[in-house]
Amino acid sequence: MNIDLIFRIAAVGILISILNAILKQTGREELAMLTTLTGLVLVLVMVAREIVNLFNLIKTMFQF
Amino acid sequence: MEIIQIVIFSVIATIIIVMLKVHRPEIAVQASLAAGVIIFALVIARLSPILDFIKIYTGKININSQYIPVLIKIIGIAYITEFGAEVCRDAGENSIATKVEMAGKVLITILAVPIITTLLEMIIKIMP
Repeated sequence: MNIDLIFRIAAVGILISILNAILKQTGREELAMLTTLTGLVLVLVMVAREIVNLFNLIKTMFQF
Repeated sequence: MEIIQIVIFSVIATIIIVMLKVHRPEIAVQASLAAGVIIFALVIARLSPILDFIKIYTGKININSQYIPVLIKIIGIAYITEFGAEVCRDAGENSIATKVEMAGKVLITILAVPIITTLLEMIIKIMP
C-alpha cells in the first residue's frame, strides 16, 4: 500500500485542470472535455488497482 | 508509531482533496476513495493477530468451532459494507449508501441463519 498514490492523483488532477484552462483559452472546447475524460480514466485505473489489492487482503484475512 | 503516520497521512490527503474539489470534483471523490483504501489497508494488516487470538481462545473453550469462521466472515462483510457506504455518502449519494448498507445487512443475516437455528433448537429443547 504505497502512500504516494494520493500525490500521483493530486498531480494528475492539477495537470488536467491546467490543461483544461489552457485549452479553453485557445478556444478548443471539445479537446478540453477529452483531456478531462482521459484524466478521469487514468485516476480510475490507479484507484481500482489499489481497491483490488485491498479486497484481496480482506479476502485472505477474513477467509471469505 | 502507527497512529501518527496514519493521522499525518489523512490530514495531507484531506488538504489535497479539498484543493482538488474546487477544480475537479470527480477526481476529488476518487482521491478520497484512494485515501480510504490506503488507511483501511494499513489497519487491516494490523488485524490478523486479533483474529488468531480469537481462534486460539475459542478453540480452548471448545465452543464447537463451526461458528467462528462465520463470525469472522460477518466482521469482514461489515467492514467492507461500511467502507463502501461511507464512500458513497462522502460523494453525496446517500440513497446508494443506504442501499449498500441494506445489502450488507441481508448478507449478514443470511450468514447468521444457521447459528440462530441451532440457538432456537436449543431453546425449544429446554422449554418444558
